Amino acid sequence: MFKIIRKEILNPSVSLIEVDAPYIARKAEPGQFIILRVDEHGERIPFTIADYDREKGTVTIIFQIVGQSTERLNELNAGDSLQDFVGPLGKASHFEGVKTAAVIGGGLGTAIAYPQAKKLHAMGVEVDMINGFRNKDMIIIEDLCADACTNLYTMTDDGSNGNKGFVTAKLEELISAGRKYDIVIAIGPLVMMRAVCELTRPYGIKTIVSMNPIMIDGTGMCGGCRVTVGGETKFACVDGPDFDGHLVDFDQAIRRSKMFAKGERRSREAHHCRLEGMDRA
Amino acid sequence: MPNMSLEKVKMPEQDPNVRNKNFKEVSQGYTEEMAIEEAARCLGCKHHPCMGGCPVNVQIPDFIKLVAERKFEEAYHKIQETSSLPAICGRVCPQENQCEKYCVRGVKGEPVAIGRLERFVADWYMKYGKSEVKKAASNGKKVAVVGAGPAGLTCAGDLAKLGYEVTIFEAFHTPGGVLVYGIPEFRLPKDIVKEEIRKLEAMGVTIMTDMVIGKVLSIDELLGEEGFSAVFVGTGAGLPSFMGIDGENLNGVYSANEFLTRINLMKAYRFPEYDTPIYMGKDVVVVGGGNVAMDAARSAKRLGAENVSIVYRRSEEEMPARREEVHHAKEEGIDFKLLCNPVRILGTEDGWAQKVECVRMELGAPDASGRRRPVPIEGSEFTVDAEVVIIAIGQSPNPLIKDTTPDLETNRRGCIVVREETGATSKKGVYAGGDAVTGAATVILAMGAGKTAAQSIDAYLKEK
Repeated sequence: MFKIIRKEILNPSVSLIEVDAPYIARKAEPGQFIILRVDEHGERIPFTIADYDREKGTVTIIFQIVGQSTERLNELNAGDSLQDFVGPLGKASHFEGVKTAAVIGGGLGTAIAYPQAKKLHAMGVEVDMINGFRNKDMIIIEDLCADACTNLYTMTDDGSNGNKGFVTAKLEELISAGRKYDIVIAIGPLVMMRAVCELTRPYGIKTIVSMNPIMIDGTGMCGGCRVTVGGETKFACVDGPDFDGHLVDFDQAIRRSKMFAKGERRSREAHHCRLEGMDRA
Repeated sequence: MPNMSLEKVKMPEQDPNVRNKNFKEVSQGYTEEMAIEEAARCLGCKHHPCMGGCPVNVQIPDFIKLVAERKFEEAYHKIQETSSLPAICGRVCPQENQCEKYCVRGVKGEPVAIGRLERFVADWYMKYGKSEVKKAASNGKKVAVVGAGPAGLTCAGDLAKLGYEVTIFEAFHTPGGVLVYGIPEFRLPKDIVKEEIRKLEAMGVTIMTDMVIGKVLSIDELLGEEGFSAVFVGTGAGLPSFMGIDGENLNGVYSANEFLTRINLMKAYRFPEYDTPIYMGKDVVVVGGGNVAMDAARSAKRLGAENVSIVYRRSEEEMPARREEVHHAKEEGIDFKLLCNPVRILGTEDGWAQKVECVRMELGAPDASGRRRPVPIEGSEFTVDAEVVIIAIGQSPNPLIKDTTPDLETNRRGCIVVREETGATSKKGVYAGGDAVTGAATVILAMGAGKTAAQSIDAYLKEK
C-alpha cells in the first residue's frame, strides 16, 4: 500500500496528490510516469510524474476527474492509501544541446509539461511556457510554472483571464515575431498536440509530444498502448511516452483512445449507482 | 492387486455447453475413490521411467503408492520434497510429453494419470492438510529473484528450503506471472495459485510487488547496495509479437497478452464489478495455434462471442497447443480454420475491425525446425467476419533487464544466454531460467530451470 501524504484541490476537476514512494522517488526523471490502482477492484491507470522529492521519498501526480477511476481516486485524502503505485515507467526526456525551448501545456497537460520546463530551466535553457485552459477557473499551478520558465503565457479559450486564444495562436505569434526555438514540447489533449505539430512542421522546428494512449501493464507486455510513429508500431509505455510529433499518426491515436468509451460510461454509471445506494443506507 | 484397466479413470468435467458460458474450472478433479482406483494402475516400476520425464523429478511411484494406501497427507509431502507447486503442475503440465509419455502402462493402453493424481493430492492437502509447511533456519544469506512466475517461484521455494533469505521482485500487483495473467480461471483457478504462493511465503519467501526491475532498481543495485549475494532472473517472455500486416492497429485488435491480462489479472469478465473494461464482438478471430491461442478463443466464447475461429497457418498435427486443450476448444464450439494465414485486417470507415482477409496455405518442404513450411496458395484469398481479432503468434523476452544490465549476455532473439547445466549467466552471481532464457515454452520447463538454478546458486554461495 502507498500512503497519500498530501492532497491539494487545484480546480473543480483537477487535484494533486503527493504519495510516499521512496523507491520510485529515487529514480524518477521528467517524462516518466507511474501506474496506480486505487483498490482491489480497480483498473491500472497511468499518470505522468508531475514532481518528485528524492529526500522526502515522495512522488507527486496531478489528475483530472474524467471517469470512474479518477472519481474514486479523488475520494481519497491525505492519510489514505493507494493499493498499487508502480514506476518510474517509460523513457526519461532528453534535452542535450537545447538552448531555447517552447513548452506548451494544454489543460491537465500543464502538470505534465511543468517538470519538463523545470528541468530545462534548471539546465539554463531559455524557456517560453505557453499554457492553455478553457477559462480562468480551470487554471492550475500558474505560480509553479512561472518559476520554471523565462516567459510564461497563460491563455484561456474565452479570454476570462485577459489573454484570449488557443496555445497555437500564441506560439505562432512568438514565432512570427522572430523567436527561435531549438525544440517545442507539447503536452495535452491529442487534438491540441496535433495542432501544435501542424503549426511547427513548415518551420521545421523539432516538436516532441507526450502520448497518452490506453495502457494496462505499462511495462511493454501487451501492446495496448501502441502508436504508429514514422510508419512503425511503437509501444508508448516503453519506447515513449515522448515521440517526435511530426512522425506520429494522430488520427489513429485519437481513434484508439475511444476503444473502451462504451465500457467507461457503463462503469461510471455503476459507480454512481453504488454511491447512491450508500447514501440511502 | 494392480488395476489392469487399459484406460485412465475418467475425470468429471463440466458439460461443454454449460462451461462455455462460465469461467469456472472445466475439469472437476478426482474423488478419493477415483484417485485410489487410478493409483492402483501404477505398477511401481523399480526403474521408474516416468520420473525421467519430469523436469522437477517428482518421486512418482512413491507418491502414487501412498495414494493407493489412502495416505494422502504423506503423498503430498513426498511430492513437496521436490516440487513446490503441485496443484499447478498437475493442471497445466503437458504430461503427454513428459512423465506420462514414459509410463510403462502407456505401451498398451493409456498411461497412468500421473497429472490427475498429483492434482488430486495437492487439492486434497489444501482442503484437509493438517501439517503446515516448515520454515528452514536462516543461513543469513540473501538471494533476489526477479519475476514471480513459475521459474522464480520454484527457485525461491527451493532456496528457502535451504535456509536462504529470498526476496522476489514482481512488476505486477499480483505474483504468479503467466499463472495469473495468462492461463484462464477455467484451466487454473486463481485461488489455487494464491494458496500455493501463500505456502511459499509461509516458508519464509518475501514477495515485493509493483517493483519493475530495470526501472526502480537495477541488477547491479540488487547485488550492490541492496545486499543480495546472488540474483535469479526469471522474467519470462512477455513481449508480444504482432504480424506486421495492414489493419493491425484498428480498434478491436488485441495482442493475446492484452486480451488475457484484461480478463485474468484484471477480471474484466466481471466488469463493472471490476473496473477494467473489455471490448467484445459477435465474431472473433484468434490467430495462432498454441495454448495461448486456445485460451484466448475459449475466453472470447465465454464472454459471449457467437462465432470464434482459430486461424492457424499449419495443420492440426503441427499445433503446439496441448491435445487436451484443442479437444476442449472443439467441444466448446470453437471453429478451426487450419492451413490459413491472415493477410490483412479490414476495418470500417471509422476505424474498427470488421473482417480478416486470409489466404489458404499448403505444406511444403520441412524447415530448420523440422516442421513442414506453410506456403500460400495463390488466388485462394477469402474473408472472415471479425469485430475482434486476437493475435496469439508468440512472445519474446522483454528487453528491460538486458538494456539495463550491459554485461549480461543475450542472443539475437533477446534471450539471456546461460550454461544449461547450471543456469549461470555471463555475469558473476547472476543466474537465469525459464522463458527469459528459452523464449516462450512451458510452465514445467520454467520450474525445472528454477530448480536447477537454485542448486547452482546454493553451490556458488557455499563456495564463495
